[in-house]
This record gives sequence, structure tokens and C-alpha cells, in this order.
Amino acid sequence: MSLRIIVLAKQVPDTRNVGKDAMKADGTVNRAALPAIFNPEDLNALEQALRLKDAHPGATVTLLTMGPGRAAEIIREGLYRGADGGFLLTDRAFAGADTLATSYALSMAIRKIKEYDIILCGRQAIDGDTAQVGPQVAEKLGLNQVTYAEDIFNVKDGKVTVKRRLERGIEIVEAPLPIVVTVNGSAPDCRPRNAKLVQKYKHAKTVTEKQEATADYLELFSTRPYLNLQEWSVADVNADVKQCGLSGSPTKVKRIENVIFQAKESKTLLPTDGAIDELMKELIANHTIG
Amino acid sequence: MANFYLDNPSLKHHLQHPLMKRIVELKERNYADKDNFDYAPVDFEDAMDSYDKVLEIVGEICGDIIWPNAESVDHDGPTVENGRVTYAKGTQQNLEAVRKAGLMGIAMPRRYNGLNFPIVPYIMAADLVARADAGFENLWGLQDCAETLYEFGNEDQHKRFIPRVCAGETMSMDLTEPDAGSDLQAVMLKATYSEKDGCWYLNGVKRFITNGDADIHLVLARSEEGTKDARGLSMFVYDKRDGGVNVRRIENKMGIKGSPTCELVYKNAKAELCGDRKLGLIKYVMGLMNGARLGIMAQAVGISEAACREGLAYARERKQFGKAIIEFPAVYEMLALMRAKADASRSMLYETARFVDMYKALDDISKERKLTPEERTEMKYYGKLADAFTPMGKGITTEYANQNAYDAIQIHGGSGFMKDYACERLYRDARITNIYEGTTQLQVVAAIRHVTTGTYLNRVREYEAMTYKPELEYLKKKLIAMTNAYEKLVATITETKDGEHLDFHARRLVESATHCVFGYLLLQDANADDSFRRSAEVYINYGHAEIKKIESYINEFSVEDLGFYKA
Repeated sequence: MSLRIIVLAKQVPDTRNVGKDAMKADGTVNRAALPAIFNPEDLNALEQALRLKDAHPGATVTLLTMGPGRAAEIIREGLYRGADGGFLLTDRAFAGADTLATSYALSMAIRKIKEYDIILCGRQAIDGDTAQVGPQVAEKLGLNQVTYAEDIFNVKDGKVTVKRRLERGIEIVEAPLPIVVTVNGSAPDCRPRNAKLVQKYKHAKTVTEKQEATADYLELFSTRPYLNLQEWSVADVNADVKQCGLSGSPTKVKRIENVIFQAKESKTLLPTDGAIDELMKELIANHTIG
Repeated sequence: MANFYLDNPSLKHHLQHPLMKRIVELKERNYADKDNFDYAPVDFEDAMDSYDKVLEIVGEICGDIIWPNAESVDHDGPTVENGRVTYAKGTQQNLEAVRKAGLMGIAMPRRYNGLNFPIVPYIMAADLVARADAGFENLWGLQDCAETLYEFGNEDQHKRFIPRVCAGETMSMDLTEPDAGSDLQAVMLKATYSEKDGCWYLNGVKRFITNGDADIHLVLARSEEGTKDARGLSMFVYDKRDGGVNVRRIENKMGIKGSPTCELVYKNAKAELCGDRKLGLIKYVMGLMNGARLGIMAQAVGISEAACREGLAYARERKQFGKAIIEFPAVYEMLALMRAKADASRSMLYETARFVDMYKALDDISKERKLTPEERTEMKYYGKLADAFTPMGKGITTEYANQNAYDAIQIHGGSGFMKDYACERLYRDARITNIYEGTTQLQVVAAIRHVTTGTYLNRVREYEAMTYKPELEYLKKKLIAMTNAYEKLVATITETKDGEHLDFHARRLVESATHCVFGYLLLQDANADDSFRRSAEVYINYGHAEIKKIESYINEFSVEDLGFYKA
């Protein structure tokens, strides 16, 4: 039986450079003000999925993402790297979702996909840093979960062996399929986009994108069915509108701020081995390093 | 997090040259592949968009992987054990990335799993890779050999070897030997045909072979027993899977240290003939070398670019006497000239690449059908220009790469002499570019006949006939004066009808022609895009003064003076 892998990926604002207009008055992220990128740890998860695909001929990798229309880019980015397909959950009713509403929507979509062995996602997204969505999806689907994964060693006889990165070491665990695995940023970087796949899929579009005035090469879609990207609404995944989006989100963000770490005091050291040794010990003791 | 393609807008400018329309049309045979390959373009815009997107991948790998690895690769270098080479860890990562990204066999036809890209975007990728790590560009750029295999090998060889290159196997071209460097006619590696086994066997030694432990080798060997010149040499393909070639040692080089330069021992190494017997050097290696020279030009341009950026960044950041050193005329002049040389080199690179593209695409079509008389004229025209521009470009852009790397260190002052900054690596890496694939002195030998027969002058006059914006007219006037001076210099020397006199001044004449060509290319760039204005101004000022200098040298020189110089 071929391995069926779902990768949950999120398009996130690039929070590495947060400006003043990063948050809207209602406490949600102002996505328009920040460049949209593939959430970094979701890329680590995608790489793990693609490695499993390399190791298990016939395995399929399907991306699932929730977001506005432009989040279709996440699916294309996955296809460019070797994924087989994807679904975009997009609907006004999904907007403003916190982790509870997000994991609800994703779990409903996964139920709709129905057949899967491994669900992979990044440990957390850089816009919220909650690390809640993966575990919540697992709970909602009643699945086992392994978090902080750094490597997936093998999948055999319905079981998976995973290396977890913990604060003070690593842990190797084995768990039965189907399973949710959240991948840590210390896992290998995602492979680059592939030149042939980029050329193959660059015209891929969702129905909504095809309706845009600037849409081009539409004549290709009839002969190249793989260019059609699937969009799902609340109704498509049989979700309850009240549990979706803002209405399904109890979390309210009060305020965000950009914290800049600054040295408050300085210290002069003698240029001797002893002084350096003292400093190292101090840094290790206060957990700055090590 | 840097993208070497996106952070350098001049690349897109060169990619969008008007001649690309014709090049792509020829290369894509009017987009005939679109029904057979899911990654083939459907029209010109689609093809151009694909080049752009693929170059973006190259730029990302260069910025995120190859450049950050360059320092450790330079430090660690490859090692050899039991006749096999192991690349530095960073090199292995780089290779893994370009393989995963499908960036091998870029110019090969799709039926062999290539991307079927024209030379221009392929060379642009080489330009990017070289900026990130010139040594790695050697390994990656040896996919050029597949081009030679495609041009001269038979279909069976195409089918067996080219897909392997596209899948990421590396190549080498095994030409030089201890006693055959610039003079390849002296190659002695012996090729013997065995009637019993129905194949050739190679025996002997090769030296200075870049990536000598490659998966697939093109080998120049003596197939005709008892011969001593070029006519006894043939080209062979050696497949590492068959065994028989071992790496005896790798050289400890000054630069491009990540790229293994090997001494190879052939012991009854099974090989197959590529193309016809006796044409090895005369035809195939000459073809291979022209392609390789374009590759070295790209390497030089990449190094020039990196040197400019390193110099500029340091000059902005370094403060002395209360201000950033870039504010001092002595420093900003250096930086402006570095930028002008890098921009001129790049314009020359892509001008040459376009000529090669036109020629090669038509040549390839001529194997499928008879060319029309117009197409034959077109092929001849561009073939000649490619022949003339390749040695001029290789010769001078590699000298500029050295000058830029030198100046980059100068801007860094004492810090530049330390291992802490990238500029010292660039300086060492640049040093080989004007030596291998033919020294600058040999490029001048190849270029001088285009000085005396007027290939350069005719081309420059064609540039002169183009229309430029009124505000650039005064620069054009300067270029006309330079061209006239060049024409006169050529007449002065050729009138003496003294071969040695011509050889003595050959480099000066080629450089004068170069200043006219480079100046016009930058003028065209400035005409299309104002951001090149500064480099056009600076370069033309520089070239104008250089020609004056050469003029004064030649005019005050008499044939009898040669005696003072002779050994």
C-alpha cells in the first residue's frame, strides 16, 4: 500500500520585520502590510514528506492550506518541490480564525480527504508562535501525535519511527499510523524548487485565480488538468460556520509589540584565559549558551 | 536569504535583449515541444518567463547555499584516497542542491531530459554561480561537455550519456598532459583499438584535469600510432562505471580550491570513440574550448561582480578620519571603475552568448533540414562574430576580474590581506581565469586576425549606426573618436607588414578594439536603461584615455625598438 501524506502548510506574513501597521484595530494581523511567505517550519515538514516520498515509491504528498485566495501560492510552492497536489481552504467564513477554529477547519478538510497515513506540519507558524494547530488537529481527528520531530527514520509495518528534538537532548519514538507529526525548525531545510516542476506548474491556478482579469494561458487547462488547483469552502468540507473564522475563535489578541533585545550593561574582561573561562561559565550558568 | 538573481537587476536587463525573440524561436523550433513535454513553453513570453523563474531558483541557491559554503569549501577543499576524490562537505551540499533543483543539463534538448535553454540563460546561471563560488562554477559548468557530446557524438551516445548528465552526474574534459598544455598537439595519451573486444583502450597520464574523478569524461588521445601532430588525435568518452582511470594526486592550488584538479592515470581504460577519428583536436576540442571560454568569461564576470559588492560594502561601512572611506575620491573612483568594468564585462558576456546562441541554434537545425539561403547567411554572420568576440571577451573580462579583485582588497586595506574577508578568496580565485582555457596572450593570438580583417571594426561601425537618445550623443562622439583612433592604429601597424611587429603590439590593438566594443555595449545598455548611464560614462572615459595611451606608445615606437625587448 502506498503511503499517503498530507502536509499542513500556512502562508504567513514575514514577521521577521514587523512594522507599525502589522496589526489591525481588531487585533488580527494586517496581512497586506507584510510580504507573504511559506511558513518556515512548514517547509521543514514538506521536506520530511518529500523524503518519505523519495524513500517509498508510489507515496503521495498532498498539501492542505487555509487562507485567502493568494494562499494558492503555497500549493504551487509545494508542487514546485515535488508534492503531488493540494487543496486551498478558502472562504470569507474562515477569516480571522484562531488556533481552535483553524484546527477545526483543517480537521474537517482532512476528513474530506479521508485517506491518509501521515499528517505533517511545522511545529508552529511565525505569525502566532502558538504551536497549537498540529496537536489540536490530532485531537480533533483522534490521532496519535509526535511533536518536535527532526527526522522520520522509517515507516514500516504500519509504524513510524521519529527522532524528536527536546530541550536537553533527543528522543526516538515509535508510533502507529495514522499519525500527526509536527516538525521542528532544526530538521533539514526544504529542497529548492525544481526547474522542470516550476515550468510544469507555474500556470496552475484555482478557479478564483482563473477569473482574475490578468489570468493568462487559460486554454492550457483543458489539456493539462493538473493545472487546476482545488478550492474548498466551508460548505465543501461540511463545516459548521459558527465554529469557523472569527465567530469560532475565542482568542482575542490585545496588543503586539516588537521587542528589541538590547544589552543593558557592559563588562570589561581581561584578555586572559582565566577571564574567558569565567565568562563561559557564567554564560552557561545563565543559559545564554549550552 | 539573499537571491543573487533578484538583487542584480542588470541580469533581467540582459535577458530581455531584443535578439532573444529570434534565439528562442530557433531554439524552440516554434514551440514544437509543447505537446510532448509538460514543462515546455507554449510561446515566447512563456519561455522567457520560464528562464526568469529558473534563474530565480539559481539565485536563491547561490545566495542561501553556495555563497555561505564558499569559505569552508575554500578552506577544506577536496581530498583523494585510493584513486577517488571526495569533495568538501560544502561542495557536496552545493551539488545536492543543484541536482535537486534540476539545474544540470540546462542547455540539453528535452528528449534527453534537459531544459533546452538557450546559451544566454544558461550562461546567466553560470554568472550567478561564479559570483557565489568560482570554484564550484567549474564543477557545475562542466555540464558544457554534454554540449560537445551532443554536437559530435552519435545518437546512441546521446541516449546513453546525456540523460545521466541531466540527472546530475558530473563531467570532465581530459585534455592536458605534463608535456601538452597550451600546445595540445603534443598529447600522447595512447588509444589502442582492440579488434577482439571491439573497443578502445586508453593508456597514459593526464594532468591538470578539473574534476578529474567525474562520472563521464571526454578524453583527447592519440589514436593514430606513429603520429606526432594534431591529425593523430581523436576524442573519446570514458565512463567511470567501466573503471581504469585513477586519480594519482590532486594539485594544491592558489585559488578555486573547491574544484579538484587531478592527475589521472589511465590503465587499459575502456573508452569509446566520440565523432570521427583524427578530428579530436582539429574540430571537437576547438568547439569544446570555445564553449569553455564563454564559461570562463561567465566565471570572470561573477568574480568581478562579487569583488564590486565586497568593495562597496566595506567602503560604506569603514570609517576613517571621521567619515566613510567611500567619500574619498581615491576610493570612489576605484569603485566606479570596478563597477564599470564589471558592467562592461557582463554586457560583453551576453553579447557573445547571443552570437553563440544564434550560430548554434541554426547549426543544430541544419542537422534536421536544409537551411534557407537567408538562414545560412545569418549563421555565417553570427558564427564569425562568436569567433571574434569569444577570445576578446575571454581575454579582457578575465583581466578585469583580476583588477577588480585586486582593487577590492585595496579598498579593504590591511583587513583585505587577512583571511577574514571574502575579497582575498576572490583575488586568488580570479587569478586562474586569465590563464586556463587559453591564457590572455593566446586569446590575443586568436583575436588579432579579427583586428586585421576588420571583424571588430565592422561590428563597431554597426553599433555606431544604431540610434541613441540625444542626451547620449556626446558619449557616442567620444566613441567615434576612439574608433577612428583604433582604425588608424591598426593601419599604422599593418602598414609595416612586419609579423613580429604586429605580434608585439597585438595586445594593445585588441585592447583598443575592446574599449570601443565595451564602450558601445554600455552605451546601448544606457540607452535602454538609465541605471547603466554611470558605468557608460565611467567606462568610456577610461577607454578613451587608454586608447590615447596606446596611441602614444605605438606612434612613438619604431620597429627597431623590438631589439631592446628581445631575450
